[in-house]
Amino acid sequence: MSRARANSPRAHAYPPPHKKVINVVMLTLTGLCALLVVSVLLFILGYLVWNGARSLSWNFFTKLPVPAGQTGGGMANAIVGSAKLLLLASAIGVPIGVLGGVYLAEFGKGWFSFAVRYTTDLLNGVPSIVIGIFVYTLIVIPQHHFSTLAGGVALGIMMIPIALRSTDEFLRAVPNTLREGGLALGASKAQTVVTVIIPAAMQGIVTGIMLNLARVAGETAPLLFTAFGNQFWSSGWNGPTASLPVVIFNYAISPYEDWHRQAWAAGFVLLSGIFLTNIVARLLVSGRRSTSRS
Amino acid sequence: MASTATTPPAPSSAQDAPEKLSLLEKFKKGDEAAFLITFASALTIILITCLLVQRLWADSALSRHAFGWHFLASSDWDPVNDQYGALPFIYGTVLTAFLALIIAVPVGMGAAIFLAELAPRKLSNVLTFMIELLAAVPSVIYGLLGIFVLLPILRDRIVPVLQGVFGFLPIFKGAFYGVSYFSAACVLAIMIVPFIVSISREVLLAVPQSQREAMMALGATKWDVTWKSVVPYAQRGMAGSIFLALARALGETMAVTMVIGNVPSITASLLSPGYTIAAVIANEFTEATGDLYVNALIELALVLFAVTMIINALARLLMLGMKSQETAH
Repeated sequence: MSRARANSPRAHAYPPPHKKVINVVMLTLTGLCALLVVSVLLFILGYLVWNGARSLSWNFFTKLPVPAGQTGGGMANAIVGSAKLLLLASAIGVPIGVLGGVYLAEFGKGWFSFAVRYTTDLLNGVPSIVIGIFVYTLIVIPQHHFSTLAGGVALGIMMIPIALRSTDEFLRAVPNTLREGGLALGASKAQTVVTVIIPAAMQGIVTGIMLNLARVAGETAPLLFTAFGNQFWSSGWNGPTASLPVVIFNYAISPYEDWHRQAWAAGFVLLSGIFLTNIVARLLVSGRRSTSRS
Repeated sequence: MASTATTPPAPSSAQDAPEKLSLLEKFKKGDEAAFLITFASALTIILITCLLVQRLWADSALSRHAFGWHFLASSDWDPVNDQYGALPFIYGTVLTAFLALIIAVPVGMGAAIFLAELAPRKLSNVLTFMIELLAAVPSVIYGLLGIFVLLPILRDRIVPVLQGVFGFLPIFKGAFYGVSYFSAACVLAIMIVPFIVSISREVLLAVPQSQREAMMALGATKWDVTWKSVVPYAQRGMAGSIFLALARALGETMAVTMVIGNVPSITASLLSPGYTIAAVIANEFTEATGDLYVNALIELALVLFAVTMIINALARLLMLGMKSQETAH
């Protein structure tokens, strides 16, 4: 090659023309792939906003569902039901997940730590419908009825692995000098963790919990045989309750035009909440990154 | 830092007689308590997982004893006569998941290569965030869009063309009503693409710059550098992302239930309605009467759990080498 280049560098220039064509074609194709995936998102968003916002009314937030065949009504009970389920799920998933994450990042070592990490990944990979079956056999069968409690437990179990992993990750990102500083001041390990390390990672941990909530808020499968569904208000924690995702499912597969309209409205509300949470969480983390760099 | 000032100073007795601390003193320092509390949480996770396996195993006992391994090989699903065979559901689950991979992998890989190698970093970050938002869309909303948007498009536009060109193939034979393996695979493909893109992009970005520069210096084109130097280096991680996507596709419930048609049959045509494991559980579990029926459905959940567990383990094994590289620097 060096000889050729010495004689006439232009004529034998590498890369040869056919390589250049392949280059342009393949690179364009990859760009089109990216464009395709992003346009799917824009399409989904556009379609839901168009169809959902049109079907949305004040009644949606304040009224109970009406029997099939009648028009009107809303999903106030499903909105409150979803909120209650998420509250219960956080009460179960956040403490166990966050404390488990603290264990892995600050105390854990050896085979037990490995086992916890491995089981967490395993639990994270369990299909959500299997979690639903599990909670059904655990709570619904002994109680002999569906309940908000069972639904909340199912979502809570789904929150644990992600809460644990995000907490673990953000705690590990805290520089070791902070740990050493705390210990050098005479604080015990636990004091250092509680007063220095966790506050330093707090923003990340909170962001992780927000994303986690956004994820389980849309889960339908684990609620089908735990929280079940309800046409009316569900008081307390012991009765079956409606929730937005399950209502969307039931309305979407129904034959009624008006229920389809309501499903779009509910989908729009649910997706807006999930996307807003994702965007806020993203801004929180990126804001944190840029300040820590300066 | 101000918060450290409020903590009481640690007792100095620890230095005088380290091994003679009373339990109470140990507790005051907080280390033991903190260890115990966090340890208990970590242990809870292991216990929950063990309990999950135990419940699935115990509550499918009737069906396991009645049918044995034959359960996996029989295609007879007949609740009226209490005969249960899982084959149509296993077939549907595997078929839709692999079909989804065939659609999603090339697109996802292409998009990941574009985002990691070609796009300016800022544009890449914005696009990646948008693609990751796709992963945040709940499955029931994919199902909703599937029923009312994708099925009509497939029925009126895409499938007639497919049948016109490939109609002689057995996989495209038969009447098409909308709900089918093919529709389910399309929805699944859209759902798993974000996972392939975001993980593969991370893996590609982690490839050392020298790997690119070495080949660039030889005068290779951008595509040659990417395809022959960067992608082989990232192979394992990218394969890992495919396995993770596969595990998700196998366990996906709502969107598939809404577009697959829910007919327990085994047909070669991708255009006929079918059923998956997750879908049959979602549809029939609350209506199942009789212990054997419920047990058979729980055994299906057990099968699904075992399969996704194996696929996830493979994915982790593939990504293990990659992780250690990441933590090294």
